[in-house]
Amino acid sequence: MRLGLIIDVETCVGCHGCATACKQWNTSGTIGPLSDIEPYGSAPDGAWLNRIKTFELVSETSEQTVHFPMSCLHCENADCVSVCPTGASYKREEDGIVLVDQDRCMGCNLCAWACPYGARELDPVQGTMKKCTLCVDRIYDERLPEEERKPACVLTCPTNSRLFGDFDDPQSEVSQVAAARDGQDLMPELGYAPTNQYLAPRSNKEKLPQRRSEDLLGSITDWIKEAIAR
Amino acid sequence: MHAGKSTPNHPGQLEDRDAQQTHFTTCYMCACRCGIKVTVENDRVRFIQGNPNHPVNKGVLCAKGNAGIMKQESPAKLRHPMIRRPGTERGAGIFDPISWDDALELLTNRLRNIRASDPKKLAFFTGRDQMQALTGLWATQFGTINWAAHGGFCSVNMAAAGLYTLGHSFWEFGEPDWDHTRYFMMWGVAEDHGSNPIKIGLKKLKDRGAKFVAVNPVRTGYQAIADEWIAIKPGTDGLFALAMVHVLLKHRQVDNAFLVRYTNLPWLVIDDPGGSRDGLFWRGENNEPIVWDEASDDFADGRLPNIQPTLVGEFDTPDGFRVRTAMSLLLERYLDERYAPEQVADRCGISAADIERIALELAHVAFEEEIIIDTEWTDWAGRRHENFVGRPVSMHAMRGISAHSNGFQTCRALHLLQILLGTIDCPGGHLAKPPYPKHIPPGILPAGSTAPNTPLGSPPLGFPTRPEDLVIDEQGQPLRIDKAYSWEAPLANHGLMQSVIRNAVRGDPYPIDTLMLFMANMAWNSSMNTAETLKMLTAKSDDGDYKIPFIVTSDAFASEMVNYSDLVLPDTTYLERFDTISMLDRPISEPHLACDAIRAPILKPDRDVRSWQEVIVDLAGRLEFPAFVDEQGLPKYKGYEDFIVNFERAPGIGFLSGWRGSDGKDALVGEPNPRQWQDYVDNECFFEHALTPEQRYLRHANGDYLNFAKASGWVGSNEQIILEPYSETLQRFRLAGLGVYEGPCPKDPEHQKRLATYFDPLPEYYEPFGAQADDEFPFNALTQRPMFMYHSWDSQNAWLRQIQQQNYLYINEDTASQCGVNDLDWVWVESRTGKVRAQIKTMRGLEANTVWTWNALGKQRGTWSLAEDAKESRAGFLLNHLISDVLVDDEDRANGDPITGQAAWYDLKVKISPAADGGEDSWPQWQSAHRTTGKVPETISYTTHANKNLRRQT
Repeated sequence: MRLGLIIDVETCVGCHGCATACKQWNTSGTIGPLSDIEPYGSAPDGAWLNRIKTFELVSETSEQTVHFPMSCLHCENADCVSVCPTGASYKREEDGIVLVDQDRCMGCNLCAWACPYGARELDPVQGTMKKCTLCVDRIYDERLPEEERKPACVLTCPTNSRLFGDFDDPQSEVSQVAAARDGQDLMPELGYAPTNQYLAPRSNKEKLPQRRSEDLLGSITDWIKEAIAR
Repeated sequence: MHAGKSTPNHPGQLEDRDAQQTHFTTCYMCACRCGIKVTVENDRVRFIQGNPNHPVNKGVLCAKGNAGIMKQESPAKLRHPMIRRPGTERGAGIFDPISWDDALELLTNRLRNIRASDPKKLAFFTGRDQMQALTGLWATQFGTINWAAHGGFCSVNMAAAGLYTLGHSFWEFGEPDWDHTRYFMMWGVAEDHGSNPIKIGLKKLKDRGAKFVAVNPVRTGYQAIADEWIAIKPGTDGLFALAMVHVLLKHRQVDNAFLVRYTNLPWLVIDDPGGSRDGLFWRGENNEPIVWDEASDDFADGRLPNIQPTLVGEFDTPDGFRVRTAMSLLLERYLDERYAPEQVADRCGISAADIERIALELAHVAFEEEIIIDTEWTDWAGRRHENFVGRPVSMHAMRGISAHSNGFQTCRALHLLQILLGTIDCPGGHLAKPPYPKHIPPGILPAGSTAPNTPLGSPPLGFPTRPEDLVIDEQGQPLRIDKAYSWEAPLANHGLMQSVIRNAVRGDPYPIDTLMLFMANMAWNSSMNTAETLKMLTAKSDDGDYKIPFIVTSDAFASEMVNYSDLVLPDTTYLERFDTISMLDRPISEPHLACDAIRAPILKPDRDVRSWQEVIVDLAGRLEFPAFVDEQGLPKYKGYEDFIVNFERAPGIGFLSGWRGSDGKDALVGEPNPRQWQDYVDNECFFEHALTPEQRYLRHANGDYLNFAKASGWVGSNEQIILEPYSETLQRFRLAGLGVYEGPCPKDPEHQKRLATYFDPLPEYYEPFGAQADDEFPFNALTQRPMFMYHSWDSQNAWLRQIQQQNYLYINEDTASQCGVNDLDWVWVESRTGKVRAQIKTMRGLEANTVWTWNALGKQRGTWSLAEDAKESRAGFLLNHLISDVLVDDEDRANGDPITGQAAWYDLKVKISPAADGGEDSWPQWQSAHRTTGKVPETISYTTHANKNLRRQT
């Protein structure tokens, strides 16, 4: 199994629902707590496993505002794993999820530096590395209703712009959608082979057919009476 | 997908589910009222998720809803009742604790005296109140006309324009048919209501390949995913809409059959300039509107079925009037070249070609892509029809339309566009939500008089249709403290909460004794001209007493308003109380589901707090309101829960419409059910009743629906609801302004002019008052609401504030360089009213002459349990300081729409200059208020159990 996410940039409106759902699930989850410092102070900061970047994309022919959720991509060739001096950072063979064993992590930060996607954050209170677990503590939990065994971000997304599944299974929804919508690797040139796929916006429908009349109404007197029963 | 079954190396159970409980309730992190499923562990919230079965959010949840834990954990929660310490000043925020018994006795005595002498000396205004049916009933029973909720400064223009035109409206009373629409226009939605339903709907459109056009000066949020973004100049939406009307008429792209069957456009209008009936409908002996019937070649009652009313024509009546159909007037008006796209293009900032193209695209989709739903139905006249014809064009509009002084007419212009295309309550169009549509307007008149110890004869708020319905005295002076329903704002259907403090301090029209506020931050972001408002709240008369003698606030958190109060009654959080989201009020219905909901307490408060609804039911008993006491004058209800279950507005009709009847088996109508709360709790805290397929569309003319709606108590009659693109109501007020109305007419020339000018029976465009060409202040300034925050209640939230603490002033990149300012510079922003210092951010997706900022972020120092140097107060700012609460050229009139009084937040014009005088703080700043709440943590590591690490196995 190769579990991961599809993130549809075409329909993400940047509401931050996925980020806060992630924060609240995982702070009491296996990777948690996700601590915050100065929560009511001048520089509040905390460990988040998912953040949304918003930027304007400008080319010669078009301009758009893009909302871009970023979390661990669960790469096949994960440098964050190979650089870890304690073996805390690991990629699970059975499903491809990249995790950090909190008991082995010494908070050296090497993995965060190794990650080109900025997907890992050091917990400011615990001093250990936190990252997306794909809600490993939800997806296998048979005590949750079957339809809720998904990452919290996927469960909550109001525009359903996030899908979760097994990219090794060609019949899975994520495989099908990735094929149909030409799912993109993020920064493929780096060779990390990320599992998560991003969907780029489809071309916008700027112009549609128009319904015109050649016989323009110039004034009221041009009106043609039509018998219509009430 | 879900991973489902375990794998060889399955992590197992990582938390003890047996130690957790799940409950359902309704979110209150904003006004959307989504259903939530809350998992609780060790009396703390483990997880809040959307309820997948809930009609509003269908399982999803936004950033705010997902941050409910930090609302509950907030150190800003008030902990016990407080009274301003004797000898300290209002605003200093120095309080003594007081017991509930003492607080309620003190308040009861004060209110009892007011009620026994002059009940209108109590002004009771509620902010983000979701139980106006209860607070309104309370005010009615008290006998004060001075009650309203926050609609006057929120979106009354949208509600009023809808209810006076369609019988339903945008947002709460209607929504696009997301499942069928093929072309969707979103107007001026500043990331505001509704939250999750819009997001769910947009995804459906995208999946179906429908076109989405966003009309908004700012390209953020929803605009970012639109197929086409129209960077309109603020306040010109009405002009754009009416230019599209011009194009549609010119190209004969209107649904004539829809207009004949469902609107008042065939009705004959008297053409008698200067006469007392000019512009009114020519009516028969029984007051019936008259049309010319082609079938009988004679005049006929325009409401009859089977006649063939002529749509365009003019006639002479036997009593000597020249009459024309309303449609003739409409054609004459909008065919005029002043609405031609090339005439309006520059003013709107949209090319003439684009205006014409979009209008004709709408026509294409409406008429060439019509959809048929094969459901037989019966119309209002008992005639059977084989199907519903859908014109799949829909629209949604909100604050960018409503918050201008031309908002009511602009919203009417949008509805006119929808009507001409035949897209009202049809498949794919703009659908009503039960209990709407209602007859136009709903048949409730605002109470006009008060008497000691006497309930009002009708509710404080209602829907006037003629000058006789105004709430004014014999001299024509306002009777309400907010001047709602006076000549200044005749259709102020939601009151003018934003005017209460100023008017009370001025004693205009009279001084009051007590101002009672619930969940309304009038000392900060809900007031215009905030700095001045703070002075008013502390203003004293010559004898040293405050001009507003007593201020009572109920709120859950240490807001700015709390510090300016004399008595503070701490409310619970939304997870700690019962609530009703009632069919009598603003229910949570979906177009084809009549729904209401409750909140049920999930956590026990750890503080000495009571929910405001509990408190006012208690007060109602203490004050012996007739509806709240028995024959002996003793309180009839044991508390809020008991009241909600047993109170009946009419036999069988109560606050909650589910599980009625003594056995709980009735829906909508039935006797009180003593187990009703439990039935709601057992059903995930909401009730839904699905309309049958034949009841679902064209409900304004659908007999199957209207009979059902009448039986359910939603409408008073099952007669057809005839849409009113031509508003005789407005014309009556205009005639009064012209001094020829056969009834009350205003004497003040300024009122005469306002009525004569703006009360146009056809939607008309005029420049917003504050935004008129002003070379000195060239930029329109407005606010948007961040999707992750719901005004001030959320910027204390430890998670949400990490997303953003400082609001910047956003400015177009090119405009910034013309002004000589760069990204992240500090600038002075000045209006005719005041100035603020703010930090700018440049962006490209912004109309060149518009600047904007996020509402909800800027704070007064020391409030909301935020640190002294929190960015919200140190660097964030409030645009409100620049917004006058009165018209710039007439300080006797509120800065608002002349028809509804709606606060014109977005009429603001500003200039910008580099802040060369230095300082990297926002300005103005206030001395920090005294802290009224508990200890503030330095770190948070929230968890509801000891986290169980998933250890590496290899």
